[in-house]
Amino acid sequence: MATLVEIRNLSKVYTRGKERLEVLHSVNLDIEEGDFVALMGPSGSGKSTLLNLIGGLDSPTGGTLTIGGQPIHSVGDDALAKWRSANVGFVFQFYNLMPALTAQKNVELPLLMTDLGAAQRKRRAGIALQLVGLSERANHKPTELSGGQQQRVAIARAIVSDPKLIVGDEPTGDLDRQSATEVLEMLRMLNRDHGKTVIMVTHDPKAAEYARRTLQLDKGTLVEDAVRALA
Amino acid sequence: MKYFHLIWAALFRRKTRTFFTLLSVLAAFLLFGLLDSVRGAFTAASNNVTGADRLITVSKISLTLPLPRSLLARIQAVPGVADTTFANWFGGIYQDPKNFFPSQSVAENFLDLYPEWKISAEERKAFHDTRTGAIVGASLAQKFGWKVGDKIPLQATIFPQKDGSNTWTLDLVGIYHVDDPNLRAQEDALYFNWSYFDEARQTSKGSVGWYVVRVIDRDRADAVAAAIDALSFDSDHETKTQSEQAFMAAFASQFADIGLIVGSIMGAVFFTLVLLTGNTMAQAVRERIPELAVLKVLGFTHRGVLALVLCESVLMLVLGGAAGLALAGVAVGAIRQAMGPSVPMLPVAGSIWERGLGLMVLIGIVVGALPALRGMRLRIVDALTGR
Repeated sequence: MATLVEIRNLSKVYTRGKERLEVLHSVNLDIEEGDFVALMGPSGSGKSTLLNLIGGLDSPTGGTLTIGGQPIHSVGDDALAKWRSANVGFVFQFYNLMPALTAQKNVELPLLMTDLGAAQRKRRAGIALQLVGLSERANHKPTELSGGQQQRVAIARAIVSDPKLIVGDEPTGDLDRQSATEVLEMLRMLNRDHGKTVIMVTHDPKAAEYARRTLQLDKGTLVEDAVRALA
Repeated sequence: MKYFHLIWAALFRRKTRTFFTLLSVLAAFLLFGLLDSVRGAFTAASNNVTGADRLITVSKISLTLPLPRSLLARIQAVPGVADTTFANWFGGIYQDPKNFFPSQSVAENFLDLYPEWKISAEERKAFHDTRTGAIVGASLAQKFGWKVGDKIPLQATIFPQKDGSNTWTLDLVGIYHVDDPNLRAQEDALYFNWSYFDEARQTSKGSVGWYVVRVIDRDRADAVAAAIDALSFDSDHETKTQSEQAFMAAFASQFADIGLIVGSIMGAVFFTLVLLTGNTMAQAVRERIPELAVLKVLGFTHRGVLALVLCESVLMLVLGGAAGLALAGVAVGAIRQAMGPSVPMLPVAGSIWERGLGLMVLIGIVVGALPALRGMRLRIVDALTGR
C-alpha cells in the first residue's frame, strides 16, 4: 500500500511566556493509506499534538509532514484550511456539533466549502446520515440526540466530503460502552469497506483493539509501534 | 446566501437575549425615523427648489426690526429684479394661544410671487378687493372647519388697533392649496391685506417686515442681493438679502436648531445602542468560541469567520432597524392622518430609509468588529481545549 502520512523529524514546541515546552521530539513515522492506527500514551505524551499536526490543525516547529504527497508543514493558514476541508474528517471527544443546527445542517457544513449547490449538499448529507444509521434523525438538533447519536452525526460530518483521512481525538471518551462500540464499529466499517485511513487517539485499550496498528508515545517520543491482524 | 442559515442560526441561538436586543435596536430606529422625519420636513422647507429664484430682504440687525415701505420702489429698480413684494409678521391668536399658526399681512401682489400656491381667480380677486379679506391654507381651514365667508377674529399679540382694540376681525375670502406634499406645512398659515393692517395699526406705520424679491436670472441672485443691500448701506435700516432657502433655515433656527437637536438625541441613542449591542455581540461570540473553532477545523478561513460574525452583527441591526423604521412609517402616517398634512413630518420613505440602512450597516460593523476580530484570530487548538 502507498504511504499516506510521512513524518520526518517532527517536533513541536509550545512557548508560554518564558517557558518553553517541547511536546514532540523528532518523531519519524509512516502511515499507509487504508490503515487504522491508534495513538496511545499517558496524558501529556504528545499524542493529541501529533494528531492535530497530522490533521492540519496546528503547525510543527520543526521537521516535515507530508500527507498524500503534499507537504503540509509549510503551507499558509488559508491553504491549510482548504486542504483540511478536502482531505481530513474530524471526530472529537465531545462531538463539537453546532447546537443551533439540525443534524442534516451539521453534516452539510464541510460541503459549504465546496461548489456544490443546496440540493447536492442536502443529498450528500442525507447519504452520510444514512451510512451512520441516522436518516430518521436528520431534522433533530444535537440536544435532541443521545451522546452516541451525536457522535454518529459527527462521523457523518467527517465523511460527507469523502476525505481519505479520518482523525479522531478520543472519539469514544464521552460515551457509554455500548455507544462506544457502535462508534468503533462504524470507524472500522469506514476503514474496511470504504478504504478510509483512520488515526485515533485513545486511552482505552478496548478501543485500541479496533486498530490494526498501535503507536505508543511517551514524553513526545514514539516508544512502541505494534501491528496486529484485524478481526 | 449559502451561509445565511448559519448566520441566522447563530443570531437566534439565544432567543430571549436576541429578542431584547432586537427590541432595543427597534426602539432606537423608531426614534430615528420619527426625528429624521421632522428634520427632513424642516430641511425640505428650506432646500426645496421651488422658490429658488426668490430672495428675502430683512433687517441686517434683526428679523424683528421693520424696514421702510419706501424701499419697495428702490428694490424694484435694481437691475435683475423681476418682481418685488413685502409682508409683515402679525402673530395673531385664534381663540386660544395653543391654536398658534403663522399669520402675516401681505402686499397686494404677494400671491404673484408664490405661483405654487393654488387659488381660484375669483378668490384671488376677492382677496384683492376686500379690505379685511384673508386667505388661509387648506390644511388650516380643515383644522378649524373654516369656509369662505367665515369671519375670523384674531387677537393681536404685537399690533393693537388704533382704537386700542386687540381684536382684528378678518373675512375669509379664499383658501389656497399646495400640491407638493413636502411643502404642505405652507398650508398652515393665514394672510391678510397689509394696507388694512397698516391703516388700522397703532404703531410702526409705513413699515414692512421683509421684502420678497424674484430675480430674472437665479444664477445672478448673489449679485442682485448685493445690489439690494447696497441701497441701504450705512443707513439706519441696513438690510441683509439672502435666498429664500437660507432665510427659511435661519428662520427655523430662531426657534430651534432642528438638525442639532436631532443629531444630539440620535447621537446619544446610537451611542447607547453601540454599547448595548456591542456587549451582546461580544457575549454571543465569547460563548461560541469552540463553535467558531470547529468551523475553522471544517475549512473556514480566518477571514471567513470574520465575515460570518460581521454579517451576524449587521443582520441583527438590519432586522431590528428595519422593523423600527417600518413602525416609524406607520406612526408618522397615523400622526399625519390625525393632525393633517401640515404637521412638519415627512413620510418615512426614500432618503430616510437610505440613511437608516446606512446607519444599520455602519453600527453593525462597528459593534461586530471586535468580536469578529477575536473570532478571526482564535487558534483552533487553543479554542478547542478551552485555553
